[in-house]
Amino acid sequence: MVGEMTASLPYALTAELTHRCPLHCPYCSNPIELQKRENELSTDEWLSVLEQANDLGVAQVHFTGGEPLLRPDLERLVRRARELGLYVNLITSGIGLTEDRLKHLSEAGIDSIQLSVQAASAELADSIAGFRSHELKRQAAQRIRERGLPLHMNVVLHRANLHQIEEIIELCADWGAERLELANAQYYGWALRNVYELLPRREQLQAAEAAYKRALERFGRRIELIWILPDYYEDFPKPCMGGWGRLSLTVAPDGRVLPCTASSDIRSLTFENVKERELGWIWHDSPSFNAYRGYDWMPEPCRSCERRELDYGGCRCQAFQLTGDARATDPVCVRSPHRGIVADRVGSVEHGKAGTPDYAYRGR
Amino acid sequence: MSSWTLSERPRLRSPGRLKYDKARQSDLLLLPERVVELNEAAGAILWLCDGSRSITQLIRELEAKYGQTGLEDDIVEFLASAEERGWLER
Repeated sequence: MVGEMTASLPYALTAELTHRCPLHCPYCSNPIELQKRENELSTDEWLSVLEQANDLGVAQVHFTGGEPLLRPDLERLVRRARELGLYVNLITSGIGLTEDRLKHLSEAGIDSIQLSVQAASAELADSIAGFRSHELKRQAAQRIRERGLPLHMNVVLHRANLHQIEEIIELCADWGAERLELANAQYYGWALRNVYELLPRREQLQAAEAAYKRALERFGRRIELIWILPDYYEDFPKPCMGGWGRLSLTVAPDGRVLPCTASSDIRSLTFENVKERELGWIWHDSPSFNAYRGYDWMPEPCRSCERRELDYGGCRCQAFQLTGDARATDPVCVRSPHRGIVADRVGSVEHGKAGTPDYAYRGR
Repeated sequence: MSSWTLSERPRLRSPGRLKYDKARQSDLLLLPERVVELNEAAGAILWLCDGSRSITQLIRELEAKYGQTGLEDDIVEFLASAEERGWLER
């Protein structure tokens, strides 16, 4: 009785309201060139984006950033999104989620909140975030639950916190999370700059994955655990975004429309802006959104590969960042002629010396 | 999970919601991180799962709406599979 998703219209909008953030996480996927406040879209421009997205077929909106709570108009945007019938999710560090703010967001109709956490112990978490944030997050989680809103959490996993995975899962369950994304770091933006500080060793990853599987058994249905693969350690690439311009779109703080949050790093493409173009035109007709749709753009080895319909050749952003050609096979793939780039990185971590990481903190 | 009894009042599992999407001209079930495109029959049943109607009432309303009888088995079977997928709660 249930139809499958089709490719023609987007289901989700990621609205990056700002790049500003009180945290300085070294694995941030925001671009190295962070947009300044004066470049951010106005409230009216965002309201128009929500309306156009709804007309286009978008059904859910994720308000994110940076830290979306830094926008005082967040409540207005949430209210409008709910009026349109959209499912509204807030992705937040929790910093600034006061009792008052939460009350207004709840009244505006927010559906769920996804709260990030950096580690299980405050000391480690605060050193990763570059900000004393862990205790504030605990308080935010408590407020969200007291208000009866569903609490979802996420943690980015990397060399410095993978050993705490069991304690992290326990902590999130204790804080009342119904769902936890265990997201192995993906190397874009700031994370790419910090790749040698973040990449774990293979045995560390294996131990963490085993711990995750034990937790699945132990917690059962009490908390939904989602393991996001560490793609450098896979043989085949991830089906990034379910295909370029297929299921979702992102609007960056300055109004540029992107197939995913990382794609502004693809310098060979020009991305259209909602200040100049209709969202529907950008989705259906713009050169950037059409660049990697379908299969005709693919070079070998993707073009004749039986896996192309499973993974769409992997991630265009990763292909561009590692090879300079956004059409290339994602270098994570064992069939890529550039696989050596990924293998060298993994190898250098396996044989490198351990120690306290020396991060390039985001936005510092 | 045991099967539904006709006096129960199913409702969408929180925080799930339904939306009629004009662009696709179909009902969508909105769940955290997930959107399900529904066919007409699935949409028609789920719109009535608001926690206020018993399954008996729900069947009666749908039979009246479509001018049919004997929908009970199909509806009960759908409700069981919808609960299995995590769309409904009791």
